[in-house]
This record gives sequence, C-alpha cells and structure tokens, in this order.
Amino acid sequence: MLKYTLKRLLYMVLTLFIVITITFFLIHAIPGDPLSSLARNLPAQVKENFYAKYGLNKSVPEQYVMFLKNLCHGDFGESLKFPGRGVADIIEKHAPISARLGLQAITIGVIVGIVLGIVAAFKRNRWPDHLVMFIAILGVCLPSFVLAALLQYVLSVKFELFPTAGWGTGKHTVLPTIALCFGSVATYARYMRSSVLDVINQDYILTAKSKGISNFNLIWKHVIRNAIIPAITILAPQIAGIFGGSFVIESIFAIPGLGSNLVDAVNNRDYTVIMGLTIFYCALYIVSLLMVDILYGVVDPRVRVSEEVAE
Amino acid sequence: MDKILDVKNLGVSFHTYAGEVKAVRGINFYLNRGEALALVGESGCGKTVTAKSLMCLNPMPPAEIKDGSSIEYNGQEVLEMSKDELRAFRGAEISMVFQDPMTSLNPTMKIGDQIAESLTTHMKLNKKEALDKAVQMLERVGIPEAEERINSYPHEFSGGMRQRVMIAIALACNPRILIADEPTTALDVTIQAQVLELLKELQNEMGTSIILVTHDLGVVANFADRIHVMYAGKIVEKGTTRDIFYRGEHPYTWALLSSVPDLYAENRKKLYSLEGTPPDLLLPLEGCPFASRCKYCMQICREKMPPKTDINESHSVSCWLKHPSAPKVEKPHILRRDV
Repeated sequence: MLKYTLKRLLYMVLTLFIVITITFFLIHAIPGDPLSSLARNLPAQVKENFYAKYGLNKSVPEQYVMFLKNLCHGDFGESLKFPGRGVADIIEKHAPISARLGLQAITIGVIVGIVLGIVAAFKRNRWPDHLVMFIAILGVCLPSFVLAALLQYVLSVKFELFPTAGWGTGKHTVLPTIALCFGSVATYARYMRSSVLDVINQDYILTAKSKGISNFNLIWKHVIRNAIIPAITILAPQIAGIFGGSFVIESIFAIPGLGSNLVDAVNNRDYTVIMGLTIFYCALYIVSLLMVDILYGVVDPRVRVSEEVAE
Repeated sequence: MDKILDVKNLGVSFHTYAGEVKAVRGINFYLNRGEALALVGESGCGKTVTAKSLMCLNPMPPAEIKDGSSIEYNGQEVLEMSKDELRAFRGAEISMVFQDPMTSLNPTMKIGDQIAESLTTHMKLNKKEALDKAVQMLERVGIPEAEERINSYPHEFSGGMRQRVMIAIALACNPRILIADEPTTALDVTIQAQVLELLKELQNEMGTSIILVTHDLGVVANFADRIHVMYAGKIVEKGTTRDIFYRGEHPYTWALLSSVPDLYAENRKKLYSLEGTPPDLLLPLEGCPFASRCKYCMQICREKMPPKTDINESHSVSCWLKHPSAPKVEKPHILRRDV
C-alpha cells in the first residue's frame, strides 16, 4: 500500500509540473503583457527599467526557469498589476469563500441528485419519475448563468427572500449555491436513476428477495449500496464542473472568491496571479481525484483487492 | 407420504410489447415431504418461470398469474398471501438456489452477512448469533476455514464455492422446500457432481424437499425420486425416475434421453441432437406443441392436444401414440439398455 501511495504522489507532482509548463507558455503566447497599459506613456528608458524589474525583458524560457526556481522556494511572487499584493495572500484571503460555495454546491448537488435519482427509479414511468427527468433535462440544458439571473429576478427582486448579490451572511450563499449545484443535481439524478434500474435487474437482487428480507434492507443494503458505485466515478468531473461554474457564478453574484480573481488576472495578463491560481486549482483537483479514488475503494470491495495486486 | 406443496392449473403469462407470452400453460404437480422432484426440459419451456412462481418471484408486471391457478403450501394458498406473509414465507419455509453463482451474490456484502441476513430476519437471532450460525452453515457446505471466510467478499470465491455459499444461504433457516434452478449449469463438470452430492446429503440430513430444475437428464438420474418433463409450458410426461429412464413414453423424453452423452455407447456415432426449436409461445398452440419436431407425428397431432394417459398410478403421458388406435412404434434403443 505504501508503494502504491508513493507512486500516486509522484504522478500527482508530475501532473502538476506538466500543467504549470503548459499554462506558462500558453499565457506568454497571448499578445500583450501586464505592464503594457501602465507603461504606455513612459519614456523608453523608464519603460525598460520597469520591464527589467519584473524580469519581463528576458526571453520566455529564461523567465520560465526563473519562475520554477522561485516556485521551488515556495515563492509565488506578487501581482504585477497591483504591486504589493502577494499571490499567496490572494489565495489565503479569497479561497475560503470559493471553498465554502464549492463545498456547499457539490454536497447539495450530489445528495439531492442521488435522492431524486433513486426516487425516479423506484417510481419508474409514474409522475415522480417524469418530474425528476424534467428537472434533469432542464438542469442539463439550462446554463448556470441563465438560472442565476432567473433566481435573482424571482427570489430576490420579486419575493425579496434573499439578497441579490454580495457576500457576508449565510443568506448570501443560497442563490449562488442553487445556481452552481443545479447541473450536478441533474447529472446525478439521471445517472443514479439508470444505475438503480440496472441494479434492480441483477440476479443478486432476486437472491435477496428470495431471502424474505424487509423492503428497507433490500433497498438500502442491496440496491443503493451497489447503485452508488458508478455514481462515484462521475464525482471527479462534477468537481471540475463546479470549479468552472464558480468563475461565472462568482462574477454574477459579485462574490469576492478566487474565481473572479482568476478571471480578472487573465484579462490583465497578470502572469504571476494566473500561474499561482492555476497551480492552486490544479493541486486542488488532483487531490480531489485522489480522494475519489480512495472513496472508490471504501465503497467497492473489489477495488481494494486490485490495488493490492497493483503493488 | 403427505403433500407439502400442491400446484393446480398453474398458468403464467408475460405481457410484452409483442403480445401475451404464455410461458406456463396450466400445469399440475405436487411435492411430497422429503422428496426430490425434477423439472426437466430445454431452455424456454417454462421450468424457471414455474419455479419462481412458487415463491411469487416473477416480476409483476409484466408477469401475470392466470385466474384459476393455485399453489398450496401445507394447505395455505401461496397466491393469496399478503406482502408480509410472503416475506415470512420466503427464506424461512421455501428458498431457492439460482443458476449463476457468479452473479447471484451481492458483490459489496460480506459472505457472512449475506448468510446471516435471513437468520436475523426469520429466526430473530442477533447479529452475533447469526454470524455464528453462518460459520456453521459454511462449514456444513464444505468451505474450509469458515471462521475467516465469513469476512470475505464474493469475488474472493471460485464459482463452485459461491454455489456452496448460495446453498448455505438457502438452507440457513432450515426451509421445508428448496428450489434448485439449474444449480450446476454454470459450473465445471467435476464441480457439478460435488454440488449435487452436497445437495443430496443436506436433503437427507435436514429432511428438505427439493425441486430440481434442469435441462440435463444426466444430472437427475441419481438425484430425483420423480421426474416431470416439461415442454412449451406444459408437463408432457410425469413419472418416477425409473419410469422415465426405463419406460419413458413421450417422444420428447426419448429425445432428451438420447441427448445425454454415453461413454459406453456401442455405436460410436455423433451425439444425438433434437432438430428445431420449441414453438413460439406468443402464438396460440393448436395440437401437440411437440408435433413439428416429432418424427412420429400424425395428422391428429397437429389438430388436437393429446389427452393425459395414465400408464400406472405414478406414470402418465400426454401423447397421441398412447391412443388405442395409434400405430405401435418401436421405442428407441436408449431405453432398452439395462443398467
């Protein structure tokens, strides 16, 4: 198991390195640079000094090596657009806000989606099933920003139940969470429904029925326990989806999270902030993938064995 | 001998998009206490549907038990049981071993828990007592190191061992009837014999009645007391094992017997195989269902269903060849052999 864990860690570092490299060269390939608007009207000599200060006068490969060197010392650098704001400080200040929103959205999305899917499967071809499938299709087709605007209009402007935008109290989190998790609810409901229907037709369900056990035990221990396994597979892409969705949702609801910082940074060609946040998001995603894999082993005993074999 | 199970005029249909499939068409049989009865026939002749009906395990819909059907267990009508009564009946009084042990066990549940589950439900044992009993059952069906193996998952067992586990599950609550639905079909030939022997042993030890469903007459020869041959949802011939093997009367029984490989056959010819397929159960049947594949087929066979003819008190057959005015045909070689 130790060897397996070490191997996984090595792969994680390798993945991170590849992502850093690709992102670095991609953002430097975009025309424009972070200082161009500031330095536009400066005399040539001052401009040159200005660029030299941030090392932007060097070639891209040289800058890359420099960046990696700093990174190895744990130095993410500071914002080019707003001197004095360290990248690490930005993450520290804004990440908890995004994390809260993201966690709320993924938890509610997964739980509500799974419950709806199970209900739909057991009430197959009756009205609860049709209702759930209607919600699911809506959730897949309706972009989160359209839903966000709708929620703002109906729930905050018309009925004044929740604040339209901003951040602070728990009430502020309700609308963005709904907007963010709706897609996950839809995906999970559809996935869980077909998974449950698949399990219901398995031979071992017939065995369980022939034992004369209670309906609760049948559904809980035999049906759901097995139906949930494939649902764990799509947890990783769902987490990625929540990350992506948060960029849009945060800017619609004016939430001071990490996502809106990243969007601003890209618009400003703020190289250091883009790199820092990319590394942060990437690391977070890799760790959540690892957690999904571990969860897989917890839920499915067959996976536990194959991991031992892999050693 | 007293009857523990009495099935009268059982009919089961499946409602599909194509129409009504009459899988079982009014069959009658009974099961005595402590007896082994075999239902024999090829795929799709209604054996499994019959077996599942005894426990009300066919999914309804699409399945439908026809009006006038009756399944009596110890004088109680199974088809009229409430859901709770049915749950108390399944597992405790009657249980089933399924065909494919590879898919019949819950992959995410420990073996011990799967056996203990019915014990906690029916015998009101607590978890610990149930697991102790599970260890005993595993030992009884011949799983070594049962104490540790109750913590294993199904994928850690071979096919033969899984079928033993299935038998342990089925017999955990000491049911009066065990239905074995092709219990050896998915297993290697060497394991088949072991599993049958185990079933026979347990039957003698616990006094359980067994209904063995199979397509392989070779399997039932040393196992069953009586054999019912099914074809197209009907029982075409009933009799004791000796009746069927030595004095079989139905051409379909002859065909089944001829399909069993014989090591000592004098003429080393190709193994017999019955041509054609069973009739489409979507269509109404006129005449004998076997007529189109029967080499003794007569005009009347295609027009009218043959009546049941009693040969002796245990042996009966539905075939026009038994009619007094039918031509006398010579029975195939396979029957006249002295074993």
